Amino acid sequence: MIHRYKLNGYNIVLDVFSGSVHVVDDLAYDIIGLYENADKDQILSAMLEKYVSDSSITEAEISDCIDDIEQLKTEGKLFTADQYADLAFDFKARNTVVKALCLHVAHTCNLNCEYCFASQGKYHGDRALMSFEVAKQAIDFLIENSGSRKNLEVDFFGGEPLMNFEVVKEITAYCRSIEKEKGKNFRFTLTTNGVLLDDEVIDFANRECHNVVLSLDGRKEVHDSKRKTVNGKGSYDVIVPKFQHFVEKRGNKGYYIRGTFTHNNTDFTNDIFHMADLGFTELSMEPVVCPPGDPYALTYDDLPVLFEQYEILAKDMLRREKEGKPITFYHYMLDLNSGPCIYKRISGCGSGTEYMAVTPWGDLYPCHQFVGNPDYLLGNVFDGVTNPDVQNEFKLCNAYARPDCKECWAKLYCSGGCAANAYHATGSVTGTYQYGCELFKKRIECAIMMKVAQAETDE
Amino acid sequence: MKRIKTIETRDLQKSVKTGGCGECQTSCQSACKTSCGVANQQCEKCLGEK
Repeated sequence: MIHRYKLNGYNIVLDVFSGSVHVVDDLAYDIIGLYENADKDQILSAMLEKYVSDSSITEAEISDCIDDIEQLKTEGKLFTADQYADLAFDFKARNTVVKALCLHVAHTCNLNCEYCFASQGKYHGDRALMSFEVAKQAIDFLIENSGSRKNLEVDFFGGEPLMNFEVVKEITAYCRSIEKEKGKNFRFTLTTNGVLLDDEVIDFANRECHNVVLSLDGRKEVHDSKRKTVNGKGSYDVIVPKFQHFVEKRGNKGYYIRGTFTHNNTDFTNDIFHMADLGFTELSMEPVVCPPGDPYALTYDDLPVLFEQYEILAKDMLRREKEGKPITFYHYMLDLNSGPCIYKRISGCGSGTEYMAVTPWGDLYPCHQFVGNPDYLLGNVFDGVTNPDVQNEFKLCNAYARPDCKECWAKLYCSGGCAANAYHATGSVTGTYQYGCELFKKRIECAIMMKVAQAETDE
Repeated sequence: MKRIKTIETRDLQKSVKTGGCGECQTSCQSACKTSCGVANQQCEKCLGEK
C-alpha cells in the first residue's frame, strides 16, 4: 500500500509497510499513481499524452522512471506487501507486562474547566485523594507485574495532582528507595494545571520528573473562556507566570505546554504561536473530544479550517527552524530513523495491558479515560486484574483489529487509534473515531512533509 | 535516481526481527492524554545504540 499526497510544493509518496518516504517529481508521482493498475504500455501512452507539451518527457524518460520504480519495489521500498497481519493477532497470546501507571492521586480539582472529560476531576464519582498506602500498593503492583522491563513510568494525574502533593512526594521517595534493589528505573510525569505551583513543587519536579505536562490553552481570552476557577474567573493570569518560572528553572529537562482547542478557537495556531511568544518551545495542542452536541464540539464544517491550520503550523515551524528559533509540536514529532518498531506500531498505547489507571481507591481501569465506567473495571491494586475479559478485549486492540483501518495508510502511525475515543464514538473499543482519524492523518502528512523539507535543507 | 529521492527511514520489515523489546515509552503518557499516536515516539533501543 502507498499513500501519495502533495503538500507545500512537495510530491510525497509513503510506502506504508516498509515505512519508506520518497519525494518525487510530477512524472514519477503520476506513474506511481498508475503503476498498480496499468501495464507499462498503458503508462507510457498515458504519460506521453499528459506531458505532450513538455518536450523533456520522452518515451525513454518514462521508461527510466518505471525502471526506477521497479528497482525500489525490488528493494522493498515501494509497493511493499503487508507482512504483519498474522503477526498482529499473535498478540492475543502474548504475555504482557505492566510498564506504566496513571496514578489518580487526586479526584478533585481547583479549576472548573468546561470541557473536562474527568468531570472537574471527579470522574463522575466522589471527590477523593489517594492515600500513601494505596499509592504504595499501586507501585508494588507495578513492580510485581513488570517482568524484566527496566523503565517504569508513573504519571501523577488527576483531577489536579498537586492537591495531593504530600503523597506525590512520599510515593516518589518510596520508588527511589527501592528502584535499584528491584532493578527498575522510574520515570515520573506530572500533569498539572499550574495553580498550586511554587518553588517547592518546581524544585521537586525538576529533580524527580522526567517530564511535566502544563495545561495552557493559548491566548488569554481562549484559555480563560474554558479554564476557570471554581468562582468562574479565568486562570491565565495565575498560571502563566508560574509556568514561565517553572520552565526557566527546568533547564533542558522535558516539558510540554499542553492545550486543548475547540470549535470556539479553530484558529488554534494563534494559540500555539502565543505559547511560543510567552517563551515556551515544547508545545502540544489537542482537539477537544466531547459529545457532538456540546456547544464547543468540533464539527465537520470545521475540518477544512483545521487542515489549513495544521499546514500553517508546519510551514511556520520550518520558518522558525531556519531562523534558529525552533519550536516543537508534539504531534509533528516524527523520528523516521529511530522511531517505533513494527510491534509498537501495531500494538499501540498498551491501555489495559501495559498501561493502567489507578483511582484514589486503588481500582484499576484500562486508562484514565475509562475511569468511572463500571463495565471497564479491571480489578484493583490489592487483588490484581480480576476481570480478564476486559483485559483480553484490550489485548486485541491493535492496528489490525479495526475493520475501518483495513485500507487506511496511517494505521502504522496511530496503531488503530485511541480505544477510549473509539468507545465514546461507537460504543466499541475496536471501533474508530472517524473525526479524530481525519485530523490524525492530516497531522502525519504535515509531519512527514516537514521531514522532507528538513532533509532538503540538510543537503 | 533522477526523479525519485528516498528519505532515510527505519525499515519496518527489518524491525520484525530487531524490534519488540518493549522498553519504549507508553504513548499516551507524555503530552496528549486524549489521543493515541505512536509515530511520535522514539525507540529506546535505537536511542541506546546512538
